[in-house]
Amino acid sequence: MSVSKDEYKKMTDKASPPSPVVKNCLFAFFVGGFICMLGQVIFDLLTMYGISDDNSRALVGMVLIVLTAILTGIGVFDKIAKYAGAGTMVPITGFANSVASPAMEYSSEGRILGTAANMFKIAGPVIVYGCSSAVLYGAIIYIFGLY
Amino acid sequence: MGQRIGKNTILLDSKPCIISNAAVVGRKEGEGPLKDGFDAIFDDGTMGQDTWEKAESQMLRAAVETAIQKAELTAGDIQTVFSGDLLNQCIGSNFGLRELGIPFAGLYGACSTMALSLCMASLAIESGAFERVVAATSSHFCSAEKQFRYPLEYGGQRPPSAQWTVTGSGACVLGSTKGRPYIDAIHIGTIQDLGIKDGNNMGAAMAPAAKKTISDFLSDTGTSPSDYDAIVTGDIGEIGSTLLRELLMRENGIDISSVHKDCGLMIFDCKTQDVHSGGSGCGCSASVLCSEWLNGIRDGKYKNIMFAATGALMSPVSSLQGESIPGIAHGVIIRG
Repeated sequence: MSVSKDEYKKMTDKASPPSPVVKNCLFAFFVGGFICMLGQVIFDLLTMYGISDDNSRALVGMVLIVLTAILTGIGVFDKIAKYAGAGTMVPITGFANSVASPAMEYSSEGRILGTAANMFKIAGPVIVYGCSSAVLYGAIIYIFGLY
Repeated sequence: MGQRIGKNTILLDSKPCIISNAAVVGRKEGEGPLKDGFDAIFDDGTMGQDTWEKAESQMLRAAVETAIQKAELTAGDIQTVFSGDLLNQCIGSNFGLRELGIPFAGLYGACSTMALSLCMASLAIESGAFERVVAATSSHFCSAEKQFRYPLEYGGQRPPSAQWTVTGSGACVLGSTKGRPYIDAIHIGTIQDLGIKDGNNMGAAMAPAAKKTISDFLSDTGTSPSDYDAIVTGDIGEIGSTLLRELLMRENGIDISSVHKDCGLMIFDCKTQDVHSGGSGCGCSASVLCSEWLNGIRDGKYKNIMFAATGALMSPVSSLQGESIPGIAHGVIIRG
């Protein structure tokens, strides 16, 4: 008796172990929380040295981006991310890693058509839809602001 | 001349002999349970090259050259090499074999390429027009990840159903002379697709193809699983193996559990080597066949095996376009 696609899907679901969701969530919570705390520490240090709040906010992002790029470059970030999952992906570190890693990977195809052309292969959709939704959101606020 | 038995099985008259076999692998594979059987273990994943693609080519070339040397032949004695790999346009083989000056037939069978190249090489010998040919294939974790998944340094999580592409290559020199091990019969597989779309569950996508080839092969040859020392699948891993056994029981009433082995589960220790559902890739079945199985037959440990390597015939484009993953499995019966 032949197995139908629906039956096979059920068999596959039964045979495939689920991702360890609770463990993943806990790791993501603690590592993500640690990164946010690190951001706050950097912010406090910067303001302590007299840098304005606005500039400090921008600098926090920049420091985390540079740190991530260095950790990606020396091959450490992916090992942390393997356990941290969303904990390293959701903060700005995930975005930085998604730009730095293809830049490294495709350097063998040259600086222009390799690194530059592929650098935003993963982060590109975030930029496209991030900018698009910002425009949409801005338009909504503008229209509602008229009345 | 070869004789077609049943629907898709060709029984070979010439019994092409596997004169020699060679398996070369990367470091992780060289730390696995089969480490003692490999001809060479490359500690450096780059193989001294500046790109992953060149590294794969270098590895394939090393396997082919080692097999030719073990057969006490030179490249000039080989009349054709049948080879393929996972990279676009099979560049692993194209560039790896560029300098050898051997006539080359490029094949694409995804991870089933070792069985496909053995089938083609056997048919070439069977035709009477070839005396010495090579069947080979390779895969490299880094070049495969780059083409099919994410950059190496990308920080993502792999689900438990994912498999680990083997960095390895296997090559066999086949000849028209009598000897052992020899290829008794071949079976060209049929594409099977039961609608699996999850690229992280290749074992499930390929299990129906393995099931079809194994059940057809057994019925065509009028044999049962107990007639073999082992029925060897390529790289369906833990999930695929469970599904294959269940499919064979439900659809054909055949129980292969006592003789079934999967190369993907043999090459790594799934518990300690963090490979989730097992190894995969062309190099997985190739390096395990060209070490453990063929050497085992030479040593008298095994008498006969059915080798059914499985392949997933999708591409990154087809996956993005929402297509499911078609599977294929080619088979050979090797006796000694």
